[in-house]
Amino acid sequence: MITKLFYHLGRYVLWLSQAFHKPERMGMYWKETLRQMNSIGIGSIIIIGVISVFIGAVTAVQFAYQMEGSIIPRYYVGYVVRDMTIIELAPTFSCMLLAGKVGSNLATELGGMRQKEHIDAMEIMGVNTASYLVQPKLLAALVVIPMLVCIGAFISIIGGYVAVVPTGWFSHGEYIQGLRSFFEPYNVRMMFVKAFVFAFILTTVSCYQGYFVKGGSIELGDASTRAVVYSNILILLSDYIIAMIMTS
Amino acid sequence: MIRAENIFKNFSGQEVLKDVSCHFEAGKANLIIGRSGAGKTVLLKILIGLMTPSSGKVWYDDVELFSLDKRELRALRMKIGMLFQGSALFDSMTVEDNIRFPLDMFSAMTRAEKNDRVNYCLERVNLSGNNKKYPSELSGGMQKRVGIARAIVLSPKYLFCDEPNSGLDPKTSIVIDELIYSITTEHNIITIINTHDMNSVMEIGDNIFLLHEGALAWTGNKGEVLTSDNKILQSFIFASPFLQKLREKINEHHS
Repeated sequence: MITKLFYHLGRYVLWLSQAFHKPERMGMYWKETLRQMNSIGIGSIIIIGVISVFIGAVTAVQFAYQMEGSIIPRYYVGYVVRDMTIIELAPTFSCMLLAGKVGSNLATELGGMRQKEHIDAMEIMGVNTASYLVQPKLLAALVVIPMLVCIGAFISIIGGYVAVVPTGWFSHGEYIQGLRSFFEPYNVRMMFVKAFVFAFILTTVSCYQGYFVKGGSIELGDASTRAVVYSNILILLSDYIIAMIMTS
Repeated sequence: MIRAENIFKNFSGQEVLKDVSCHFEAGKANLIIGRSGAGKTVLLKILIGLMTPSSGKVWYDDVELFSLDKRELRALRMKIGMLFQGSALFDSMTVEDNIRFPLDMFSAMTRAEKNDRVNYCLERVNLSGNNKKYPSELSGGMQKRVGIARAIVLSPKYLFCDEPNSGLDPKTSIVIDELIYSITTEHNIITIINTHDMNSVMEIGDNIFLLHEGALAWTGNKGEVLTSDNKILQSFIFASPFLQKLREKINEHHS
């Protein structure tokens, strides 16, 4: 078990070092990066929007439930929804969802290419396949996923508003006052740091799982599952580490 | 010239290749033949460097393949064209884009020059006018021909073909064989073909290497195949009852 872990860790590091080589032809990489940006970004915006509405709504409703009968000022609802979504829920939930959607897609795409000998065909042509197949995806994810997380945080705050203001739990003024209170720009920086790290993890782990697939369709399915499971575990682990470092 | 020297390959203790040494000449069709599981594909993958041998060396002229670093290996591979068993065409690209891919990646040609080169290669494999089709719209034989066009687009010095006739009818197989052979002789390239198609052996087998249970059992050419008394070769060539009867008839006729 430990030997296997170190074997994969070593192979992952060596493979990443190959993936960061200089592109053979910048134009080809750029074209592929734009295609991936469209696939990851535009292809995920609706699902991110939907889950973000509910993240904000649930946070607001549960906070409202917990503060009933307490002496906590009522406008804190906006403050709690804002900081909860920015610091934790938007980056973590969005990226865990993207690990499922984008991660499994990347693993299946590369695994399918491996099985159909497309990767071997590129290798024989002299293409650095680790670089050509991973760099554009990684670059696209590093650009697009923080944007999606940012949009998700914004929609979550609106979701919280929709859940508690029109229903009469809180007034418009209370929610907005909360949103404008105790704002720390540092929290936004923390959100972006998390988004970048999570994007890196979910892209590289998923591509790694797909790139080294051996066998048939069952193994491809297993690789896709592993991509999602390992990405999510590593996202939560790195979430803890980032929280420890950035809030200590 | 490509030369394999004392190649051994083990998978989890099982010996797949045993001391295989052979050399492949330019301008000739070099055929590696043998039954399924004889080690042909493993040998081909070792010759290209997609797999490393347990021991042994592969020489491309004066260069030892496994002593090259990754950059040098990529430079060498730009001189290699390969036709895969399943063609390995990129499904999401058109025929034209598939053939143009190596040019886009490595050549400094202008767009017009690339188009000319793509059209020349398509014409060479008798597929002019199919530029905008996707691989899924082509028959198996046409896919193989697109695979050949992509393999030769960078004017390779070495051409590898893994089971070029698998899944094709005899007539289409002959077309593919003739195409590979004419490209080989026209450009004086080193062509290595992995096959168990007897038509190919008899039609284009300039140099034939028979693998049996991972070892080299016989070498020769198409003229020597029928006259050789090598038992392994004979049992491979005359494997079917029909061919065995045919051989008996020929022998009777001669005697």
